[in-house]
Amino acid sequence: MTAAAAVVLGGVFWPLMIVAVAVLLPAAAAGVLPTLLRYSILFSLPLAVSALVVNLFFYPGGQTVLFQLGPITATAEGFAFAVEILARIAALSGAITLFYLTTKPSELVLDLERRGVPPRLAFVVNASVQTVPAMAERAQTIVDAQRARGLDTQGGLFNRLRGIVPIVGPVMLGSIAEVEERSMVLEARAFTRPGRRSLLWSPPDDGVQRLARWGLAAGLLVVIGARAVGAL
Amino acid sequence: MLTLESVAYRYAGASRTSLRDIDLSVADAEVVGVVGASESGKTTLALVASGLAPRSIGGQLDGRLLIDGEDMSGRPMHELAARVGICFQNPFTQLSQVADTVFEEVAFGALNLGVDRLDVVRRTSEALDGLGIGDLAARDPRRLSGGQVQLVALAGLLAMRPRHLVLDEPTAQLDPEGKQLVGDALAGLAAAGTGLLITEHDTDLLARLCSRVVALDSGGITLSGTPAAVLADPRLDELGVEPPARIRLQRAVDAAGLKIELPA
Repeated sequence: MTAAAAVVLGGVFWPLMIVAVAVLLPAAAAGVLPTLLRYSILFSLPLAVSALVVNLFFYPGGQTVLFQLGPITATAEGFAFAVEILARIAALSGAITLFYLTTKPSELVLDLERRGVPPRLAFVVNASVQTVPAMAERAQTIVDAQRARGLDTQGGLFNRLRGIVPIVGPVMLGSIAEVEERSMVLEARAFTRPGRRSLLWSPPDDGVQRLARWGLAAGLLVVIGARAVGAL
Repeated sequence: MLTLESVAYRYAGASRTSLRDIDLSVADAEVVGVVGASESGKTTLALVASGLAPRSIGGQLDGRLLIDGEDMSGRPMHELAARVGICFQNPFTQLSQVADTVFEEVAFGALNLGVDRLDVVRRTSEALDGLGIGDLAARDPRRLSGGQVQLVALAGLLAMRPRHLVLDEPTAQLDPEGKQLVGDALAGLAAAGTGLLITEHDTDLLARLCSRVVALDSGGITLSGTPAAVLADPRLDELGVEPPARIRLQRAVDAAGLKIELPA
């Protein structure tokens, strides 16, 4: 909703206000502000750079020349539009990063399942997220093993690129080889049983949280309505 | 009782059968060990006995799998899962990957069966305590040792309350301490009345646990009898199976011409 509101409102002021109030403040309260800033910038940097370059130099209808770089011209209109886009990207990446930093995947999936999402879909979402650290751990083990056999994975770019193949191959093949056994394990644990499964616990969800969610949804509707009639 | 009756099995796309003429039964509280060289059909036997072959992996099954006298033909895997549990040799592939704690991991199967939440909690606690790993309940299952994870996997099966367990080389990837942990747990399960079918290279473990041992060769049963008889049979060497340490030692003593009878 944070990201949607930023996109709907447009401009620079409102998206940045939303980032400050709905992303940075909660992140600070949750104690994840430094991590959020680091991940959020890393996550959005490629998109932000390309948005800045494209709009700065190729904004259609740009009249006011800021500077020239060979045959291409940077315009003030393009820069202003790029800043608007950057503000929206900041809201989007900030909101998504905050969500991942403050929500345990298992709790999210459990809550989705409680609300009627099919167990298989919930499992796929959760297992996909949980598999990432396992894959990273496996990759590190293989990197160590390959280094022990003399593979040079450090140093210059060429060395690093050359080292990727002997690492990616075993990581992928090892993971694929485990798929059949993992699927059998799931079947042997009745995962394919039709119908809903029991849930061990439910994430806490008190009246304040429900009120906040509904309030945010209502606020988004108000923003969309205000924007539609030109009040904002 | 878990019974394989005139069973033959061929993997999908294979030209020859991996199991042939298998007649084998495991009564409640009985522990039956299966030995054989690699590729002799031990894992295939475990898959067929658990119902995963052909339900999960395809292939052609002839003969019948019966549980407590009921023919399991046409029954879906989730029905069999409540009656026969299977434990694989790699502890880490047996984790669901979606549980943050050992308790949730152990409860996973029972929850899938739709068992009432309070009952799941009771079953899970009993399974953990029964295997002596209650103190691991709050730990992250991905951060345990191989032996501990194997016990967690076993506990997960026990929480589903199957009458029979099939274990495919349950100690193959474990260190001596892990083997000891799992061996003790299996002995306890058998004493509590669970029928166990264990395929295993470790004949010392089978000598300790089993009431009966069968030897497989090229997918067929070639030897069957008490552990004392089968594991001491000279033909076991020809099958590529190493006898238990006591028997190897006795043979060395005999070969040296010493008149010493080692204790059983």
